Amino acid sequence: MADIHDPQTTDTAALDAAEGLDVETKRPFRLALGRFWRNRGAAISTVIFLTVVLAVIFTNFTARYGIDEQVIELNPAAGVTKNQYLEPSHIAWMGTDNIGRDLYSRLLYGTRSSLLIGVAAGLLSVAIGTIVGLISGIRGGKLDDIMMRVTDIYLAFPFLVAIIVIRQFLGEVGWITAIIGDKSSFRFTIFLITLFGWMGVARLVRGSVLSLKEREFVEAARAVGASNTRIAFTHLLPNSIGPILVAFTISVVGGLVVESTLSFFGLGPQPGSGNTSLGKLIELSAEGAKAGYWWIVAYPCGMLVLLAVCINFIGDGLRDAFDPKLDKGKA
Amino acid sequence: MLRFIVRRLLWLVPTVIFITYLVYVLVRIGWDPVETYKRANNRVTAAKIAQYKEANYLYDGFWGWTRGYFKWLWSFLQGPDHWLRTIKGRALVYPELRYSIFNTLRLAGIASFLGITIGISLGTLAARRPGGIFDTIVNFFAYFLGAIPPFVSGVVLQLVFAVELGWLPAGGVYPPGQQGFDLGLMIKHLILPVTVVAIQAISGYARFMRASLLDVRSMDYVRTARAKGLGEWTVLRRHMVRNAMIPMATVIALDIGQLVGGLIITENIFNYPGTGKYFIKHAFNGDLPALMPFLVILIISVLVFNLLADLSYAKLDPRIKLG
Repeated sequence: MADIHDPQTTDTAALDAAEGLDVETKRPFRLALGRFWRNRGAAISTVIFLTVVLAVIFTNFTARYGIDEQVIELNPAAGVTKNQYLEPSHIAWMGTDNIGRDLYSRLLYGTRSSLLIGVAAGLLSVAIGTIVGLISGIRGGKLDDIMMRVTDIYLAFPFLVAIIVIRQFLGEVGWITAIIGDKSSFRFTIFLITLFGWMGVARLVRGSVLSLKEREFVEAARAVGASNTRIAFTHLLPNSIGPILVAFTISVVGGLVVESTLSFFGLGPQPGSGNTSLGKLIELSAEGAKAGYWWIVAYPCGMLVLLAVCINFIGDGLRDAFDPKLDKGKA
Repeated sequence: MLRFIVRRLLWLVPTVIFITYLVYVLVRIGWDPVETYKRANNRVTAAKIAQYKEANYLYDGFWGWTRGYFKWLWSFLQGPDHWLRTIKGRALVYPELRYSIFNTLRLAGIASFLGITIGISLGTLAARRPGGIFDTIVNFFAYFLGAIPPFVSGVVLQLVFAVELGWLPAGGVYPPGQQGFDLGLMIKHLILPVTVVAIQAISGYARFMRASLLDVRSMDYVRTARAKGLGEWTVLRRHMVRNAMIPMATVIALDIGQLVGGLIITENIFNYPGTGKYFIKHAFNGDLPALMPFLVILIISVLVFNLLADLSYAKLDPRIKLG
C-alpha cells in the first residue's frame, strides 16, 4: 500500500477510503443546504410555497373553471337569477365574485401573475442592487457617500407617496412608456417595483462587502495582485451569497405587497379580461368587506399573507443557514 | 456639535429647495394642471386657459417650469392667504390641509405611542430570556402580524367588528351629521384604525428592540456590571436597555418624520380625513395647488427628522464624533 502515501496522489477520497475512513467532503453550499433543511420553519414554508407554485403553474389540472367563466349561467327562465357572491359550496369551493366567477380558480390565476411580478421585480432588484452595492462597497469614497445619502433620503421618504408621484410621472413621459409599457401593464409595474426595490439590496450587499473587504483572504488576494474586478467576482460575490439570497426573498415579498397595495388604489396593473392578479382580487375585497361577503376578503388576503410569511421564513432560514455564526438568540 | 448642527441646518435649505423643485416638475408633468383645469371646467375658452396659466405660473418648457416653481415658491412662502386655490372647486387649500394634518397626527400619534411603549416593553421582556416561552410567543406574533399588510388587517377588522358584529363604526371621525366635539364618539371611531397601525408599529418595534438588546447582551460592560454583583433587573434597566435605545431612538425619529405623510392605506380604508386621504383625493384629481403644500411640508418634516435622528445618535452615544 505504498502508493497511497505517494505525494503525487491528491485524491483525498481515495486516501480516506484506503485508510478505512468514511469521510465525506462537503462543500460550504451543501453544508448550508443541510442546515436550511434542519430548520423546521423554513422547511415547512418551502414545502407550502412549492405546493402553491406547482398549483399555479399547472392550472390546467388545479383550476376548476376558466378565468372569466361563470360558475352557473344565468337563466331567468329556469329560475337561476343570481350567480354573483355565492357562498362557498361544492360548485365553487371559495364562493363566487361580483360577476359570478369561481374565486378559487381566479385565485390560482391571480397568484400566478402576482408571483411572476414579484419574482421578476425581485430578480431585477437583486441584479441592479448587487452591482451597485459591490461597486459602492469596493470603491468607497465620494461615490459611496453620494449613494448612501441618496438611498437614505429615498428610504426616509414615505414610500406610497413617492411611488404614486413617480408612477404618474413615468406614465406621462412618452419615451419611457415606449420602453416599459403603459401605466397599467405588468412590465410597467415590474419596473416601478424595481425602481424602489434595488436600494435595499444595494445596502445589504454593500454592508456585506464592507465587512468582507477587511478579511484576510481578500487581503491575500490583493497581495498577489488580483484586480478589483477579480476580487469582486471570485471572493466578494460568492461570500455574499447569503445576504443576496435573503435580499432576494425580501424583494419578492416586497413586490407582492407593492403590487397589491397599488391595486388596492386602482393603480396596479390592469390585466384586462383573460387575466387577473392577487392585487385585483384584494381590491375587490374592500368592496366585499363592506357588504359582509367574508370569502371575498378571507381567501385572497389569506393567500397574500401565507405567501409573505412563507417567503419570509425561507429568507430567515437561508440567512441562518449561510451564516451559522449569527446570534439567532437561541443561546 | 454646534458647528455640525449649523452646517447641517444651512445645508437643509438648498436640499429642500432642490427636492421640492424636483417634485414640482414631477407633479407638473405627471398631473398636467392645465388638463385638470380643462376637465374641471369643460367648454372653457382658450383665452380663459391662457389667463389661468398666467395666474398660476404654469409656464411651458424647462425654463418655464423653473420660473413657475420660484414664483410658486414665493407665493407659498408668503403664507396660506397667498397660496393658490385648488383647481377643482377653487377652494382654499390651507384649512383642509390643516384639518387633515391634525387628524393624521391624532391617529398616528396615538398609534405610535402605543407602538413604541408596547413594542419596546415586549421586546425587552422577550430579550430577557432568549428562546424562552415568552420570547417564542412574542417573536411568533411579531413575525406573523408584521407580515400582514395594513390593507389586509384593515379590511378584515372592518369586516369582523364593523360589519359582522356591528360593535364599532366602519369609518370616519364622527357619524354623518354629527355637530361639535364628542370625545366618546371620536374614540370609538379611532379604535379600528389605531389598531391597524399599532399592530404594525408594535411588531416592528418589538423585533427591533429585541435584536438591539441581543446585540448589547454580550458586551463587556454588561459582563462588568454583572461582575460587580448588580441584580439582573438593574443590569437590564441601567446598562442594557439604555444602550439598546440608541439605535432605537434613531429609528423612532425617522418614523416620526414620516407621520405627516399619513397612513395612506389605513385612512382610505376607514375613510378617515387625514393627510393620506387628502393626498389620494387630490392626486386622483390631479390638483397641483393642493398637492404641493402637502408635499413640501412632508419633505421638510422628513429631512428635519432625518437630521434629528443623526443628532440623537451623537447625543446618546458619546463615542460618535460628528465631523
